[in-house]
Amino acid sequence: MGGSILGNRVVRKEDPKFLTTGGKYVDDLFDEPLLAGALHVTYVRSTVAHGQIISIDTSTAKDMDGVVAVFTAESLGLELMPAGLNKSAKRAFLARDKVRYVGEPLAAIVATSRTAGEDAAETVVVDYNVLPAVVDVREAAESTVHLFEEVGSNIVFDSMNLGAPDNSGPEFFDGCEVVVRETIVNQRVAPCPMEVRGSAVAWVDGRLHQWLSTQHAQGAHSSLCRTFGYEPANVRVIAPDVGGGFGAKIGLYGEELLLSVMSQQLGRPLIWRESRSESMVALGHGRAQVQEIAIGGSRDGRVHAYQLKVLQDCGGWVDSAAFLAPFMTRPMSQGVYDIDRIECRTLSIVTNTTPVVPYRGAGRPEATAAIERAMDLFAAEIGMDPVDVRSKNLIQPFNEPYQTKMGQTYDVGNYIESLNRVTVAAKYSELRAEQAKRRAAGDTVQLGIGVSVYVEITGGGGTGDTAKIEVLENGRAKVYTGTSPHGQGHDTAWSMLASDQTGIPMDRIEVIHGDTDLVPKGGGTFGSRSLQQGGAAVHVAAVELVDIARGLAATLLEANEDDIVLDKENGAFHVAGSPSVNKTWADLAVAKKSEGGLVHAIDFRVDGATFPFGAHVAVVEVDTETGKVRHIAHTTCDDAGTVLNPLLRDGQIHGGVAQGSAQALLEEVLYDPDGNPTTSNLADYAMISAAEVPSVTIVMMETPTFMNPLGAKGIGESGSIGATPAVQSAVCDALLHLGVRHVDMPATPERVWRAIHTAKSGVGQ
Amino acid sequence: MYPAAFDYKRPESAAEAISLVNEFGDDAKFLAGGHSLLPLMKLRLAQPTVLIDIGRLADLSYIRDAGDHIAIGALTRHKDVETSALLRQHVPLLADAAAHVGDRQVRHRGTIGGSIAHADSASDLPATILALGAKLIAEGIGGRREIPAVDFFKGFLESALLPDELLVEIQVPKMSNAGWSFLKFNRRAQDWAIVGVAAWRDAGNCGVALVNMGSTPILATSVVRAIADGASVTDAAALACAEAEPQSDNNATAEYRTHLAQVLVKRALETCSR
Ligand SMILES: Cc1cc2nc3c(=O)[nH]c(=O)nc-3n(C[C@H](O)[C@H](O)[C@H](O)COP(=O)(O)OP(=O)(O)OC[C@H]3O[C@@H](n4cnc5c(N)ncnc54)[C@H](O)[C@@H]3O)c2cc1C
Repeated sequence: MGGSILGNRVVRKEDPKFLTTGGKYVDDLFDEPLLAGALHVTYVRSTVAHGQIISIDTSTAKDMDGVVAVFTAESLGLELMPAGLNKSAKRAFLARDKVRYVGEPLAAIVATSRTAGEDAAETVVVDYNVLPAVVDVREAAESTVHLFEEVGSNIVFDSMNLGAPDNSGPEFFDGCEVVVRETIVNQRVAPCPMEVRGSAVAWVDGRLHQWLSTQHAQGAHSSLCRTFGYEPANVRVIAPDVGGGFGAKIGLYGEELLLSVMSQQLGRPLIWRESRSESMVALGHGRAQVQEIAIGGSRDGRVHAYQLKVLQDCGGWVDSAAFLAPFMTRPMSQGVYDIDRIECRTLSIVTNTTPVVPYRGAGRPEATAAIERAMDLFAAEIGMDPVDVRSKNLIQPFNEPYQTKMGQTYDVGNYIESLNRVTVAAKYSELRAEQAKRRAAGDTVQLGIGVSVYVEITGGGGTGDTAKIEVLENGRAKVYTGTSPHGQGHDTAWSMLASDQTGIPMDRIEVIHGDTDLVPKGGGTFGSRSLQQGGAAVHVAAVELVDIARGLAATLLEANEDDIVLDKENGAFHVAGSPSVNKTWADLAVAKKSEGGLVHAIDFRVDGATFPFGAHVAVVEVDTETGKVRHIAHTTCDDAGTVLNPLLRDGQIHGGVAQGSAQALLEEVLYDPDGNPTTSNLADYAMISAAEVPSVTIVMMETPTFMNPLGAKGIGESGSIGATPAVQSAVCDALLHLGVRHVDMPATPERVWRAIHTAKSGVGQ
Repeated sequence: MYPAAFDYKRPESAAEAISLVNEFGDDAKFLAGGHSLLPLMKLRLAQPTVLIDIGRLADLSYIRDAGDHIAIGALTRHKDVETSALLRQHVPLLADAAAHVGDRQVRHRGTIGGSIAHADSASDLPATILALGAKLIAEGIGGRREIPAVDFFKGFLESALLPDELLVEIQVPKMSNAGWSFLKFNRRAQDWAIVGVAAWRDAGNCGVALVNMGSTPILATSVVRAIADGASVTDAAALACAEAEPQSDNNATAEYRTHLAQVLVKRALETCSR
């Protein structure tokens, strides 16, 4: 008998398609029969960051060749709707009365071609009463210019409302020999999925079909029904292949929601796909926090108190960003450390910039960056190695739920082990020796070593997922899942899980997802939830299906159920010891034909989140004359519990490390003082490329969780959570001997050069 | 984004291209590799109504030994400049600079003539031909004329070419045994230069030009003079920005650019002097 396929490096089934003929994305739907004759939608967007709308003149556009209709909030009768976390803040899907960021949609042009739409969009004249733009989050907190006048402040949510005390008095650090404070910036970044947003709609006999580049088809389905009162049975949402999302495609945007309304009015199918330049200002951004950290402890390396204040820049709307700091950053602010006194206060603040949404890690990388930076600053202050300081303060290994001071229940953890493994693999002491040599020689190119230890929360908020397995009469199987892969490799992973139990070969299993007619209930793919909830559902469904099939085989073979075994090699059931008389999966499916086929569906439930952890070591070289940083080596030890497919895990780590390195060194969305974006294309926005990413060494560690039968925790966001602070820390470490304490992200050459320059002149004075 | 509507012509010869541009006048633009023009058109910063596609004029794509110089047809792709054995032997500085342009896709489409005619001070090749003292051959309805590189770059995206002239050939002097260095400082491998330096040196003779240190590519004449007068590399490099007028942008302030140019000129001259 062959062993289990699980845990093996199984090559991705979906790749031949993606790497050759290409997937089918929203923009490839031109041959979809329901979309025959579809018109193209182009949105007219605000060119000012903050202003009252005096008038929108669409008269020229309406008369242009190819233009079928032009809609505004007024012509569509769009109402202002309150935000979730602050009911006083209101807006409509197309700006009405006011615009609050460059790129906010103002009007929609429906035309026979995309080019005609764009030509017409250029002719729309908007008359604004331009207001002062509030761009910087710190200024926004104090400003008397308010984005939402009815709120009476730009602060739209304060975590004090949750009942947490704020002990910002000096007594918080009583008994600490050393207290270090710093204000650090976790800058705004753009998610940049390879496929920008797109959607197509068709109404057929009173039923809406909406194709959508989304991470959560079922979520989009409920949004549409909730927003417009559509009958759930009359809405079908389909996610075709989706070219990445990174969190920014979880929720529905106004541009997507409005399509069904316009299509209904016009009686024509519609298709919309934004351009890259639009995507850079209208797809949500990520991160965007300013953090005030204070850490206190004794000179022996013990940390006694840690305080974090977060200013979360929400951008021009109070959507999901307002949740990120209080409900994602704050709960994880303690990180992996056992600290006596800890507190975290968060303020969610609106500014005249693109709204912020979840982005790979969504609030947890920010929490990790803050405490890891604090640990480094503390270590530097007392002159202790950053690894030693961490070792002294880590929560001891635990195999039973651990209650944190921030109210979280960590499932399992062995932080010291991950730190030990990663420092050994990275040859930490040799790196330190090399660094000492270069420092002593005064080399132009210095070495920096950065360490991070993290714990994060995955599958948070989710309660489980659905799975259905159907065996066909030819012995093939279909697996229906509530997850919504957009690059992760679920076709491979879910086939492995189903094949492992049933013995049906992976290439005879088809995974179906992202179509609400086929999978009405599902949790989608985000928050590193898919394997531990959706994958576990497939596993449990397969286990139960085998039981059902065994009973059926017993009846057909006129044998006792307990005597029936499944020969996985041949995909057949037989009485133990007599394999020649058997019932294959195909036989069983045929036998069940009249009773609706051989199908098993489950709604699998979990009790809560899991808490993957790990440690990273980043190595950088810094040219001290020019300030240029090269990320030259990266080692990780990420514990995601039991690993289903190391190849898929590695892919997630590689991508996460790349995005972490990108945030630490390269990427930042910038605005001028008037709120005009200055990084709205991929020449100006320094998105990382393969040439800048070092080869990543991955060290194994698997501490299974008891939260699901697979023992799996999430891996999708670990890379970005662990890598970002490790790389930033490496840059600071390279410059420590020159008197530099801290360099904000991204560590651009000029920023690094200035830090060196400032430290030098400080010493000279 | 999408360009505004335009008409498209594809001449079969240089002569036909020149007559077309005379016919359509100011509204027409030559289209070579399209890698500078089309991005501007997509952002609607350029809206020519007629594109004259010279991209397939095979008779303008060549690299020839012409005795004391190498003659390069204007339609020669960056990739062919980068990999030319003739250039690697006689003008390695230019071949190396071409290897630094953008990424592979860009180098397979973009042309040396397009890069020079576009006259972008942030481009790698204009500064390089300036440092090398190349000559540009332009052809108009009245025939050919020769423009020395020092007289070619007139201002921001502005060259000495008349609107109805076609750049047909670039003549680059052979470098004999000069040391050389092309340094490009950027954040990502495929980025444009924040600052770049093209330099060669043969004992007391040298040529140094700067990328992205003003509205045109900058010939660092003070450095050249200092080396001729026997200054040390460090002292000469300190004069790197004497002719420059650096701007501030997202990637660098003028102050930092000035510092970078000095560091890079020093490093380039050190390499050349080895
Ligand atoms: C992603 C990207 C990255 C890039 N990175 C770099 C880089 O790092 N360094 C760099 O130097 N360049 C870079 N470029 C620009 C690239 O080198 C272009 O190829 C070059 O600048 C223009 O050449 P072209 O043949 O594409 O010209 P086109 O775009 O076709 O034309 C440019 C201009 O020159 C005119 N023109 C073209 N040929 C002639 C001629 N023979 N006579 C008269 N006028 C002519 C055109 O009318 C137009 O005005 C990059 C481009 C892209 C798209």
